[in-house]
Amino acid sequence: MPILEVENLSISFNQYTAGLRRKNIQVISSLHVTLEAGEILAVVGASGSGKSLLAHAILGILPDNALVSGTIKYNGEVLNASTQASLRGKEIALIPQSTNYLDPLMRVGNQVRTSVKTGDATVAQRAVFKRLHLQQSVEKMYPFQLSGGMARRTLLSTAIVSDAKVIIADEPTPGLDPVVMKEALNNFREFADNGCAVMLITHDIESALTIADKIAVFYAGTTVEVAPVEDFTGNGESLRHPYSKALWRALPQNDFIPIPGSQPHPSALPTGCLFAPRCTMATPACSEKQPDMQNIRDGMVRCMHAT
Amino acid sequence: MRKMLLGKLGIFLLLKGLRMLTLLIAICFISFLLVKNSPIDPIQAYIGADMLKVGPEQREKIAEYWGLDQPVMVQFLNWGSALLAGDLGTSMIFRRPVAEIIGERFVNSLVLMITAWVLSGVIGFVMGVLSAMKKDTWIDRLIKWYCYTLASTPTFWMGLLMLIVFAVWLGWFPIGLGVPAGVLAADVTIADRIEHLILPAITLSIIGVANVALHTRQKLIDVLASDYVLFARARGERGFILFWRHGLRNVALPAITLQFAAFGELFGGAVLAEQIFSYPGLGQATVEAGLRGDVPLLLGLVIFSTFFVFAGNLIADLIYYAVDPRTRESRMI
Amino acid sequence: MIQNLHVRKKEENRFSLNRRQRKLITSIVAAILLLGIVVVGALLDEDRIATNLIARNLAPSFDHLFGTDWLGRDMFARTIMGLSLSVKVGLIGAIGSTSIALILGMAAATMGKVADRIISWLIDLFLSVPHLVTLILIAFTLGGGFKGIVMGLVLTHWPSLARVIRAEVMQIRSAEYVQISKQLGKSRGWIAVHHILPHLTPQILIGFMLMFPHVILHESAVTFIGLGLSPHEPAIGIILSESMKYLSAGMWWLAFFPGLCLLMIVQTFDRIGENLRLLLDPTKSND
Repeated sequence: MPILEVENLSISFNQYTAGLRRKNIQVISSLHVTLEAGEILAVVGASGSGKSLLAHAILGILPDNALVSGTIKYNGEVLNASTQASLRGKEIALIPQSTNYLDPLMRVGNQVRTSVKTGDATVAQRAVFKRLHLQQSVEKMYPFQLSGGMARRTLLSTAIVSDAKVIIADEPTPGLDPVVMKEALNNFREFADNGCAVMLITHDIESALTIADKIAVFYAGTTVEVAPVEDFTGNGESLRHPYSKALWRALPQNDFIPIPGSQPHPSALPTGCLFAPRCTMATPACSEKQPDMQNIRDGMVRCMHAT
Repeated sequence: MRKMLLGKLGIFLLLKGLRMLTLLIAICFISFLLVKNSPIDPIQAYIGADMLKVGPEQREKIAEYWGLDQPVMVQFLNWGSALLAGDLGTSMIFRRPVAEIIGERFVNSLVLMITAWVLSGVIGFVMGVLSAMKKDTWIDRLIKWYCYTLASTPTFWMGLLMLIVFAVWLGWFPIGLGVPAGVLAADVTIADRIEHLILPAITLSIIGVANVALHTRQKLIDVLASDYVLFARARGERGFILFWRHGLRNVALPAITLQFAAFGELFGGAVLAEQIFSYPGLGQATVEAGLRGDVPLLLGLVIFSTFFVFAGNLIADLIYYAVDPRTRESRMI
Repeated sequence: MIQNLHVRKKEENRFSLNRRQRKLITSIVAAILLLGIVVVGALLDEDRIATNLIARNLAPSFDHLFGTDWLGRDMFARTIMGLSLSVKVGLIGAIGSTSIALILGMAAATMGKVADRIISWLIDLFLSVPHLVTLILIAFTLGGGFKGIVMGLVLTHWPSLARVIRAEVMQIRSAEYVQISKQLGKSRGWIAVHHILPHLTPQILIGFMLMFPHVILHESAVTFIGLGLSPHEPAIGIILSESMKYLSAGMWWLAFFPGLCLLMIVQTFDRIGENLRLLLDPTKSND
């Protein structure tokens, strides 16, 4: 049984635009994603496609003006606001992107200690710092004093000390040098091998492919395909969705062909398939109704032409 | 390392001091020119009601005594050099050295201002925090309404209301004067002083709360919307713990700084409150000096109040410099 | 799900106003109210506040809403005239101060480093003496009265707005389209009129509206302590200062109503200013 299931999740915001008008912005629409213990699922999509909001929705920490619908299940149990609150930091941990997510006026050691739920916080924090090769002096530092690598390891230690079963890492790799990046990715593999479930939210498909078990391709606020990592091979024949194929072929080591056009803005989504305006296979039927998620060959896809 | 820290602090203070000095010289010069060009005749102001009995020769003698017959620049230099020697001149109303009057009155005003400052700071901060934590609830709306209303309330009218309610209707407090009339200064008890302090202090506090509260509210709302609070919530923190760990430390510093930077407002409020409650402080002296054309006293008060405002700003800067780790520890690396 | 949301949104627009529309409407109503007070106050003639020795010291009643004073003058009429005067003085003060802020703010941002230094030093200069003390000093210098108080108000309210305008102009100047205009050989004046001023208008309007209530409050405060408008004017500050003598006799209405009305006027202006900022300033759009 999957440890975490997200079904039909939609998130929208009410926003004032110029003058007196107010409009509804749909940032995530009918999104499906499942996460198994011991596996790494990489959610891959372009920057600014609302991926972080998926993480915030799972944790129940979206801003107040967000309208959310759909269900999120943890261990088969449907979550609501209060169960989400009790799981945060205990069962589900977030690893954020940067030091902006640390309190600027609090020593980092103390911040890691606040994540410890049982036992001696100081001991746990020092043990984790040792394990991640952080010097003990780091615990007395303030976030602005941390180097990139130190910051990332500090953020990681908050998740380790919490003993969470599900770890959601939001863009953990950008701006890191290759060595630190490799180390970071290995840390995630370690988590999964120890029985945790890891959701890796990233725009970096290449590094995701090196460690993930499954890849969820995210486009304009929804997952268009969930495929095992082995399918990303050759010319992308094994992939199911035209966008995944195009994304794969756009990589430098493959054909390096960019996808024409750009992702639609959340306030101006097309009515039918979200990818239809840029799709070479699109037929008039594609623009009528958003296709449902269907299971094909051990993966999931949202395309009526998929095989 | 410690030495370097002190060295940097020294440079910081030196630069601040230099800026203060240029501003102060300019203020002295401008205020001096202003009052010299005022249509109020200083001799008449000095002599007051006895004007008719004074002949032209006596006038001249008085003018000579005050140095009024010399060119303005000379007068300024005379006044300036006396100022540097700590001599602010002699008050025309009180017939005593200005420095002495300011010193005496400052003690009175200080008690009033500190009381109001602490009260408004603490209450305002708590209100702001409460309002932000309960954003968009009736508590928040009530506090916001109170603050916006108070921000539009004339201080002197609030003082009058206090007088009407507590002094006239309830009769709990005397209507005026810092000390009871007809009692020797030595016989004035502390209880007397406190009795006369309460109403003006409350008036100033009620008004002063608005600024701190609204500022703290906005700041805490920003903090609560920040990434680090989002992450803290993701780690399971909420409610009071969240505020205690992350809210307080990020909001307290700006609030304290704001309070120190608001010394000018405080002084202005004291001018009005002291006038209404006949409280013998600096504010009342300022009004008296302005109304009765006491040029030396007015100049002395302008300079003194500038010092007062500057002291507040300097303390605010120093607190930021010393407390915020982003400025404190980056200097040590 | 998406469909549901759309339906709800439409209903909202049809049956109720959103927050911004409400703000716009309250602002307009408030502005009309203020205008009404000014006009009525200006139309009331001196007869309305003539001495009437038969009706002295009356508490509020239907005949005299705000009561009468020791000379039998109707306090309601006096208050309205006082408010009208407050708004007029406030208007002059705020227009003058906004003009200074505009000129100095623009000059600081466009006339080079030296001008910028001098102007920011000047701003510091004005901010380093307590506001009320500066006002007293200027009013004293000019011998009190209408001229003194108006000059004082004009000369002391500009510094913070000047800073805002300076920052705004700096930002516009570095914008791409202004740089392009410059390369196209447009003159400084042309750029100022066609690019900078249009962008500044909302900031100036907001700054002006938010300055207005301060000006009114300071005018009444200085008048109250006796260094502002002359005792012959029907100003609120005068009314309140005179009322002090009669408070111990229990004539609370002399102070209560005029002050309350002043408060309401100030708050109304403040609200209009805040609403204006919410409507015009895009960075605040979702608060």
